[in-house]
Amino acid sequence: MSATAEPFAELPVAPKPALRRFHQARWDEPIIFELSSPGQRGIGVPAADVPAVELPDAVRRKTPPALPEMAQLHVLRHYVRLSQENLGVDVNIAVGQGTCTMKYSPKVNDTFVRDPRIAELHPAQPEDTVQGVLEVYWRLEQMLKEISGMARVSLQPNSGSAAIYANIAMIRAYHAHNGEAEQRDQVITTMFSHPSNAACAKTAGFEVITLMPDANGHPDIEALRAAVGPRTAALLITNPEDTGIYNPRIAEFVELVHEAGGLACYDQANANGILGITRAADAGFDLCHFNLHKTFSTPHMCGGPAGGASGVSERLAPFLPGPTVERDGDRYFLDADRPLSVGKIRPYLGVTPNVVRAYAWIMTLGAEGLRQVAETAVLNNNYLMHKVLQIPGASVQWDKRRLEQVRYSWRELSEETGVHSEEIGVRAADFGVHYWTSHHPYLVPEPFTLEPTESYSKADLDEYAAVLAHVADEARRDPQFVKNAPYNQTIHKIDPTPLDDPKQWAPTWRAYVRKHLS
Amino acid sequence: MRVGLVVNPVAGLGGPAGLKGSDGAEVQREARARGAGARAGERAAAALRALRAARPDAVVVTVPGPMGADSAGAECELVPFTPTEPSTADDTRAAVRALAPHVDVLLFAGGDGTARDVLDAAPGRPVLGIPAGVKVYSGCFAVSPAAAGLAAAEFAGETAEAEVVDLDEEAYRAGRVSPRLYGTLAVPAARVRLSGRKTGSSAAAPDSVAAIARDVVAGMRPGVRYVLGPGATTLAIGRELGLPTTLLGVDVVADGLLVGADVSERELLALVDGGEAEAVVSVIGGQGFVLGRGNQQISPHVLRRILTGRQPVEAAPAGAGPGGAPTRPSADGLPVRRPRGGRGGLTVLATRVKLAALGGRPLLADTGDPDVDDLVSGFTHIVTGYAERVPYRIVPASKEFYQ
Repeated sequence: MSATAEPFAELPVAPKPALRRFHQARWDEPIIFELSSPGQRGIGVPAADVPAVELPDAVRRKTPPALPEMAQLHVLRHYVRLSQENLGVDVNIAVGQGTCTMKYSPKVNDTFVRDPRIAELHPAQPEDTVQGVLEVYWRLEQMLKEISGMARVSLQPNSGSAAIYANIAMIRAYHAHNGEAEQRDQVITTMFSHPSNAACAKTAGFEVITLMPDANGHPDIEALRAAVGPRTAALLITNPEDTGIYNPRIAEFVELVHEAGGLACYDQANANGILGITRAADAGFDLCHFNLHKTFSTPHMCGGPAGGASGVSERLAPFLPGPTVERDGDRYFLDADRPLSVGKIRPYLGVTPNVVRAYAWIMTLGAEGLRQVAETAVLNNNYLMHKVLQIPGASVQWDKRRLEQVRYSWRELSEETGVHSEEIGVRAADFGVHYWTSHHPYLVPEPFTLEPTESYSKADLDEYAAVLAHVADEARRDPQFVKNAPYNQTIHKIDPTPLDDPKQWAPTWRAYVRKHLS
Repeated sequence: MRVGLVVNPVAGLGGPAGLKGSDGAEVQREARARGAGARAGERAAAALRALRAARPDAVVVTVPGPMGADSAGAECELVPFTPTEPSTADDTRAAVRALAPHVDVLLFAGGDGTARDVLDAAPGRPVLGIPAGVKVYSGCFAVSPAAAGLAAAEFAGETAEAEVVDLDEEAYRAGRVSPRLYGTLAVPAARVRLSGRKTGSSAAAPDSVAAIARDVVAGMRPGVRYVLGPGATTLAIGRELGLPTTLLGVDVVADGLLVGADVSERELLALVDGGEAEAVVSVIGGQGFVLGRGNQQISPHVLRRILTGRQPVEAAPAGAGPGGAPTRPSADGLPVRRPRGGRGGLTVLATRVKLAALGGRPLLADTGDPDVDDLVSGFTHIVTGYAERVPYRIVPASKEFYQ
């Protein structure tokens, strides 16, 4: 088998074959710093008509910043090319991001963000000049209070994980306020709760106790009973977990933790399965959080700043990050006089463009629309599960209905063919869709996690499932062909080792130069 | 039904003596000199008790003397056979050949070495191992003696293939773990649990193992004797302490010093006497054993002394770490790392991958003393990383019959 012998490759252009004859753009584009040419410039800045100010020596650079020097056209071309070498949410059926949850962000909401009244705001403007944006913050908080049942919601966190961190900081402050900071040094979470929960608790200095799943795929309640005690600070739990399985005994979990004097914190990053159906407060939770990008349709912003929302019950409200946005009659103001507050989780208000987008999205849908989002997301997910489970070699652990996502396994296919899940995801990219293997911890062998949300149509899901079925079939007929994929991509194989090696990884050009070019 | 029994009477002898195995007459003499007694006979008897309880009509067929009849009691059928004294691997093979034609299923008590002898004898009948050796890494063993007896009782003709693996004991004593697959044996395809083949060593996950070691060391308290079982995970603790602990032996450390390296049960009893001690053991990947496999030096006697001679663990004063050294300050309101209370003297270590690979099956204790197995059973907080715990069940292997 070869790339040119694919069954559809011999077909005429029309009618279209069942699977898309996709080919990714390949521009072989350098890093922008490598494109820099001394003396080139994008804008000829006119001479200033004010006298030059002599800066003190201490704040003057000794050497000019190493910025790329390029003409406007070349800058534009560079970024357009990069955008073409991308399988982003606006071009593919992005259901395979493994708990990252992609949904459509309506473009009309971007017009509000581009509006100079938002785009040109300065974060340090006096309150009376930013009443409008303060009102948006205040109103979005009221909506999220209603959605979660919580007493207050902070929109300051930069991202979902920052919201979890804000929550753990509040938990720590709450116990400290009660004189129990040293005693309560353990946070309980579950194996299939999003790993950011364990990571944030660890970062905040807690010992992390992780509950394994029981025979039904639910977190083991007996293990919880064995784990709770005077050292319990909190339970940080996702529900439905990353398996898509809803824990029907969640209220009991909360109760056990409360009886031990701990707090219960609900990871609702992806609330697409429960919007308008159930609420954190109804299960007795003290805290919760949303990722604005996973549930309320704002862009992920390439790893941040995305947008997180931390919700708390009445007894934790004094500890909310600040300043908080308050209303006094028709006036909105920032309240920084909150002595028990955990302080700032980030500078200024929050990620205002995403707060505006989330506000617009909720306003468009209304309460009934939100519930319809959940119903559609769950229906989409169960439809896709039905399709995927018809593919020989694909399976799920625990035979249970799922809400908004499913962690599947290619174990059987992999045992039969030697092709791994990651390789199947890469080969799928040759058809213009993909999934990636963000499924920590690797409890499910050869995992892939699909979460369709409400955005995708039946035809989208059919196409996605057809691609997986086709690749699984290829794996049986010619495993090496799948292992050698991709064929239609911007680049071929990526060596992932530098991502795990501090000596090699380079998040910036400067680091790349230091570690690899000098 | 007719059930055969072959006992390797010296199996397990080298375990409590810290000899990592019992192959060869010299090692067996040395083990006896170190005060070890064989336990294979006793474990074979336990298997037969379970067999007869479940199936009173079963006829036990065996050979005379310590290779069978001594464990089988009066009500058994004997096949004429004269072993050498003491018996050797050749005797095991000969006994298997002598018994096989007369039985439906053959039980053998021993370890991986015994399993190899059984394999070499080509029994031509389904067989099942009664775990009694130092190393029981092969898949052809039941999870406990009672489970072996029950599996024989429930055997109805269907079989499955199970692996025979073994380590070269010479290399093993020199610190090299390299199990080799020797072949497969037909075992009863029962719903009774087999012990499963040992899976890869934790050496494959160096980061998690180093984090586990760091956690254990950070929680060490002055004056306490830490009994480190064999394995790559516990070896990392020695590395973290800068001490030359052994990969396969049981070592004792206290107050930053190595007070006993590769000790026998007898030496260990002396070392844990009088003061507070804590056993630190790892999990055998794939099988889930924490006690009674490869670490028989940590015997029921030793465990009893550790588990019952303890003071309740109090939280250390804030700011005081092991040896009274200051840990992270608590002024920032962060909780202070406290010493591990452990589970009353037993700390179990495993990477999360290793726990996950058990697929929900519990951890197993098979010390040979049911009371001690009970003492360590229940949920324990497995150390899976630095400041990371997973509450996980330990059950007596004798109570874990079914898959």
